[in-house]
Amino acid sequence: MIEFHSVTKRFPDGTLAVEDFSLVLPSRKTTVFVGSSGCGKTTLLRMINRMIDPTSGSIAIDGVDIASGSAVALRRSIGYVMQNSGLLPHRRVIDNVATVPLLKGVKKADAHAQAMELLDTVGLDRVLAYRYPSQLSGGQQQRVGVARGLAVNPNILLMDEPFGAVDPIVRDDLQQELLRLQHDLDKTVVFVTHDIDEAFLLGDQVVILEKGAQIAQVGTPKEILANPASDFVASFIGADRGKRRLAVDSSVARSGDDVVLVDGAGYVAGVIEAPGGVLPGAGAGVNTDSLARSVSNKTDQAGDA
Amino acid sequence: MNLFLDALNFLFDPANLAGSNGILSRLVDHLWYTGLSMAVAVVIGIPLGLLVGHTGRGRNAVVAVSSAARALPTLGLIFLIILYTGLGVGPLIVVLVILAVPPLLAGAYSGLEAVNRQTIDAARAIGMTEWQILLKVEMPLAMPLIFGGIRSATLQVIATATIAGYVGLTGLGRFLIEGLALRDYKLALAGAILVIALALCVDAILALAQRLVVPHGVARGLTRHTDESAAPTPRQHGRVSPAPSNP
Ligand SMILES: Nc1ncnc2c1ncn2[C@@H]1O[C@H](COP(=O)(O)OP(=O)(O)O)[C@@H](O)[C@H]1O
Ligand SMILES: [Mg+2]
Repeated sequence: MIEFHSVTKRFPDGTLAVEDFSLVLPSRKTTVFVGSSGCGKTTLLRMINRMIDPTSGSIAIDGVDIASGSAVALRRSIGYVMQNSGLLPHRRVIDNVATVPLLKGVKKADAHAQAMELLDTVGLDRVLAYRYPSQLSGGQQQRVGVARGLAVNPNILLMDEPFGAVDPIVRDDLQQELLRLQHDLDKTVVFVTHDIDEAFLLGDQVVILEKGAQIAQVGTPKEILANPASDFVASFIGADRGKRRLAVDSSVARSGDDVVLVDGAGYVAGVIEAPGGVLPGAGAGVNTDSLARSVSNKTDQAGDA
Repeated sequence: MNLFLDALNFLFDPANLAGSNGILSRLVDHLWYTGLSMAVAVVIGIPLGLLVGHTGRGRNAVVAVSSAARALPTLGLIFLIILYTGLGVGPLIVVLVILAVPPLLAGAYSGLEAVNRQTIDAARAIGMTEWQILLKVEMPLAMPLIFGGIRSATLQVIATATIAGYVGLTGLGRFLIEGLALRDYKLALAGAILVIALALCVDAILALAQRLVVPHGVARGLTRHTDESAAPTPRQHGRVSPAPSNP
């Protein structure tokens, strides 16, 4: 469990990046900080591993103030994955993954054997172990970054827009992989993104932030979708433009068992199965409101197109 | 052309090789001055350059002092020092060190500055200590530029160590000075050829050493840096300070 107690961060140049932020991040769940660029997400994340020290307030992990021990020891106990992988360019993949265990004094053979297993874990071919980072694709580098983050078997994994720089198809892959990993490994993940769809996909707890890391809303994706706390949230998740509210489009001729759904702006959002022409769970009148919620997670791209 | 042949003849005449005024003895002296000054200069210049590069502090001061030092007239300086200290190896070494430090400094700090900030940031974030960052990340990645500084300093010192001949010391410069004084131009030319040959040989050896010292993948690493610095994200958070600062 990670607790922020009235944390404020003012940078030396006067920028108030985080103002009086308090929140509990439950153990073994994924908490996603989501908000526009510059709202303070990275600052929040980097205060957890003391890459940034708060100006005031405190942060505790499992009840212990993180400021009480050494910053280096803290960082070695927390996995950290960043956008541009941050791999050491002069070390091969396997040495990158084994970096922290080796620093901690694990024997080289053991560290390398474990690194190989981690490559399996993150879905990388073992032949890549002896390449240099620059010889990998962006997506592969991110996987190596995740493997390195997992190498010390941390309870906490911090991820700062880890999939922000890869193309959408690879990002899809990586997101699914992370969901699978999280299912298997049960870490406390803190994930930063500016992409609300990624936040809803990955987050158990989603924290929507405004400038200065002001919490606009905290909740499960369902709670937030069902009840946006403010116009800001509604706008941020696209509800105000009708993106999240889907309706059956009757103008399209039915073929087979699928019904076409359109969003509030009239863009095609997807299809839903309607065996025998009847929507699941719907009585005589089709309740498009409840439908909107159940399918909304998958339907966003159409609105952006 | 005749002069050149004469000079070569002088160089390859075994009679000129041995003896206290022979080529070998003066070569050894020349190398001794070079080695000694480079050792002192490396001990001063590289750590200072690394410190400046790692912390990003004092860069302007270092640049100012370096360019001032480069502008000093070597010969004038050595006579000035001798006025105060008297003849000896000391003044020569001081002057050569002053000459060698600026390129060493520049190589070290510009080498560190060229290392991608994100790489350093990531190294810190996964739990490397500042020393580990310096030794295991910054220095290996900066090695090509650090070595560049060492090579150019060494070349300058070898060339300039010829002034030892002017101040009562030996070294290959003696051939030049004696040749000019006696109007024995083949001797002067032979001296010049020796200095050039020595410089080329030493540089070749250093180039070889560089290959051994610079880790595999650094060349790749460097090309990658340019890739990344072209990407839209870097330096968003400004310069990374050596330790998280609490204002
Ligand atoms: N080292 C720094 N010095 C000064 N201002 C900073 C620094 N790092 C971030 N900021 C500012 O703090 C605010 C929040 O930054 P950040 O946490 O990086 O936002 P996000 O990750 O949400 O894009 C921004 O206005 C940013 O410009
Ligand atoms: Mg950020």
